[in-house]
Amino acid sequence: MTLITRRTLVTGGALGAGLLLSGCDKLAQQPGFRRILFSGEKINMGLQRALMDRNALAPEFTPDQMSPVFRTNGNSNPNTADYNRHVAENFANWRLDIGGLVDRPLRLSLTDIGAFPQRAQITRHDCVEGWSAIGKWQGPMLGNVLKAAGVRTSARYIVFTCADLWGGAPYYESIDLIDAFHPQTILAWAMNDKRVSVGHGAPIRLRVERHLGYKNAKYVMRIDAVASLAGIGLGKGGYWEDHVNYDWYAGI
Amino acid sequence: MDEPTAPADSPVARPIAPIVVYRHRLATRIWHWINAITIFIMIGSGIGILNAHPRLYWGQYGANFDHAWLDLRPYSDILRSGWLTIPAGYNLAISRRWHLLFALVLGFGLLVFMIASLINRHFQRDLRVRAREIGPRHLWADLLAHLRFDFHNPEDPAAYNTLQKLAYVVAIFVLIPLMIFTGLAMSPGMDAAWPWLIELFGGRQSARSIHFIAASGIVLFVIVHLTLVVLAGPIEEVWSMITGRWTLPAAPPPEPAATSRAEPEAAE
Repeated sequence: MTLITRRTLVTGGALGAGLLLSGCDKLAQQPGFRRILFSGEKINMGLQRALMDRNALAPEFTPDQMSPVFRTNGNSNPNTADYNRHVAENFANWRLDIGGLVDRPLRLSLTDIGAFPQRAQITRHDCVEGWSAIGKWQGPMLGNVLKAAGVRTSARYIVFTCADLWGGAPYYESIDLIDAFHPQTILAWAMNDKRVSVGHGAPIRLRVERHLGYKNAKYVMRIDAVASLAGIGLGKGGYWEDHVNYDWYAGI
Repeated sequence: MDEPTAPADSPVARPIAPIVVYRHRLATRIWHWINAITIFIMIGSGIGILNAHPRLYWGQYGANFDHAWLDLRPYSDILRSGWLTIPAGYNLAISRRWHLLFALVLGFGLLVFMIASLINRHFQRDLRVRAREIGPRHLWADLLAHLRFDFHNPEDPAAYNTLQKLAYVVAIFVLIPLMIFTGLAMSPGMDAAWPWLIELFGGRQSARSIHFIAASGIVLFVIVHLTLVVLAGPIEEVWSMITGRWTLPAAPPPEPAATSRAEPEAAE
């Protein structure tokens, strides 16, 4: 093999790799291949659900393992007129609405939420970007709140509508009933032994500990039990899912 | 080119007929090409994901205000080059779609290949590292042979040489499994399903750091692997990985076999 053919081969190889890379992008835009590419989410969800006990707990930590600084991400202040009024009133007149496919729609104040049996947990928050922070969260189990509202058997998903607006529409997220009734899924009003700050989602932040950060919706204003995610937002179950193709199943 | 042929026992002046040996079993060839594509996609999409937060930490937690042992932000321009990432433009969601689908191909592919290679005895025959092979004198001789671009033992040309064998063993039994398990340890769902995963690596951010280090090891392996394929005769090597049959490079005049490396084993 002469040097020239070797050089041609190396150049050709590099060129081929480049073509392959741009080929990947072209492929990802083909509807058929895109469906295959996006099927990974369902496969991973199926495998994880098969391997995982329904109530398997996310790791919990001790106070000395907590992050010294728990950074904020996404929206750190909804800054709407309504929200700012609630902040000024220290959320005294704020109410959490629970409706949709329930027998007894609820309107809960922070005092009502505090009256439910409480769960406190020190857990790790994993951002989809790669960083992690460990903090303490406290609030009632979502499952108990949903039981109080009497979720109907026709419900399949729980949708959280938030105070922060993204392009004029509220941020929203959704989980299925397995995660909704998981013991670590709580409506946190306290973080690190203080009321949840505005930056971290005051007055209520959903904690759904077996998922990445973006599922843990801040500024929760309303909770609805629904039979289908179609017709809500763009139908993919959440703001990031609708707009930038994040996976709805964020357990990985 | 279909049957192994013996060197013609003709006068020395005549060129020796090419020797063809069956070198790569079907399972090895299939896995090799699936992996070639998969590793390529995993590296490109992995760099895309890394670009979302190009800082690495040790321990359970780690974010902007914590101490990063490696901060790659100064190299963002390189790491965000379109020729390096999948997709070419920064898109965390699409990088994750590629990465998490092909992670399944990598994981289950390795599992099937390992089972097949135990059954067809590829591991036991070709990849077993024998104690005398990793003695310093033998390794030194093997290194010198590499530097002479002499990659094949004339007595058993189909056998892997020691450094080659060690590289494959490290890639198959250390690096790729490490990639898979540190990858799983980063999944909050898997941490609930298998809590021992996170214990094993000492925290999610440690797992993420080890994931990066093992990936760097694989990149190094790929570079060395491709370089040696080019040096060893790329057409013959690639052809053998497609058909399984490998034509021996024209042998230098036989020397007295003083540096016998391995006892020849029955070829298939």
